[in-house]
Amino acid sequence: MEVLFLILAAVALISGVLVVIQVNPVRSALYLILNFFTVAGIYLLAHAEFIAAIQVIVYAGAIMVLFLFVIMLLNLRHPEEGGEKQHLAQKLSGAALAGVTALLVIYTCTRINLGPAKENVPGFGSAEAVARSLFTDYLLPFEVTSVLLLVALIGAVILAWARLD
Amino acid sequence: MVVPLLYYIALSSALFAIGVIGVLIRRNAIIIFMCIEMMLNAVNLSLVGFADHYQAIDGQMFVFFVMTVAAAEVAVGLALIVAIFRNKATVNVDELNLMKW
Repeated sequence: MEVLFLILAAVALISGVLVVIQVNPVRSALYLILNFFTVAGIYLLAHAEFIAAIQVIVYAGAIMVLFLFVIMLLNLRHPEEGGEKQHLAQKLSGAALAGVTALLVIYTCTRINLGPAKENVPGFGSAEAVARSLFTDYLLPFEVTSVLLLVALIGAVILAWARLD
Repeated sequence: MVVPLLYYIALSSALFAIGVIGVLIRRNAIIIFMCIEMMLNAVNLSLVGFADHYQAIDGQMFVFFVMTVAAAEVAVGLALIVAIFRNKATVNVDELNLMKW
């Protein structure tokens, strides 16, 4: 199980780096899909079956199709046209800062006591367990979420519609 | 047998850092947007790791809501990018400096 995690983590990290360094946005999007699939695999290892299914359907499916659709709609022939105006020093300092922050987080977590891991409860993370929590403790946020999605839907239509006439 | 919580935190931090680096060094608005998605995903990963470690379903609930917000954000954000591209014919963030001053 640990070996599986490490393999998935390695693939996730490599595909994540490839998302950043690819020049062509379509290839970036395809590597991001791979990244989402590996993360879904890790969710399965962490007893989050429902979340893993949602990850594949919503992230790797719906969101990435939307991304690819927009990339092809815009038809960017020269992906980074206008040249890289940013200085190398700026890039390097940004990358170094992000790396140091990540290392600090990991270092802090090795120093604090996270407590012992609890024994896995059968059925934890299944659709039943998630739904039971969602429709009892989290009913109000769940309903508010539907309003949020409606607002986003209307906003997206209006923004994309504005100049069609 | 069980994957230690520290592994999840380490992978999550690394993915988040890759996302931050992508946002900082890339100039294409769509790729910056994809890197933001990767950062949201990294946070979800650590939430799922903690939920598994403490066997608390609340962490997975938060992941559910983060995913919903991410879906809404992508719909609006991509519509914004399409609208900006119609007006300016570019998605390079260096050239989109209308609100800079």
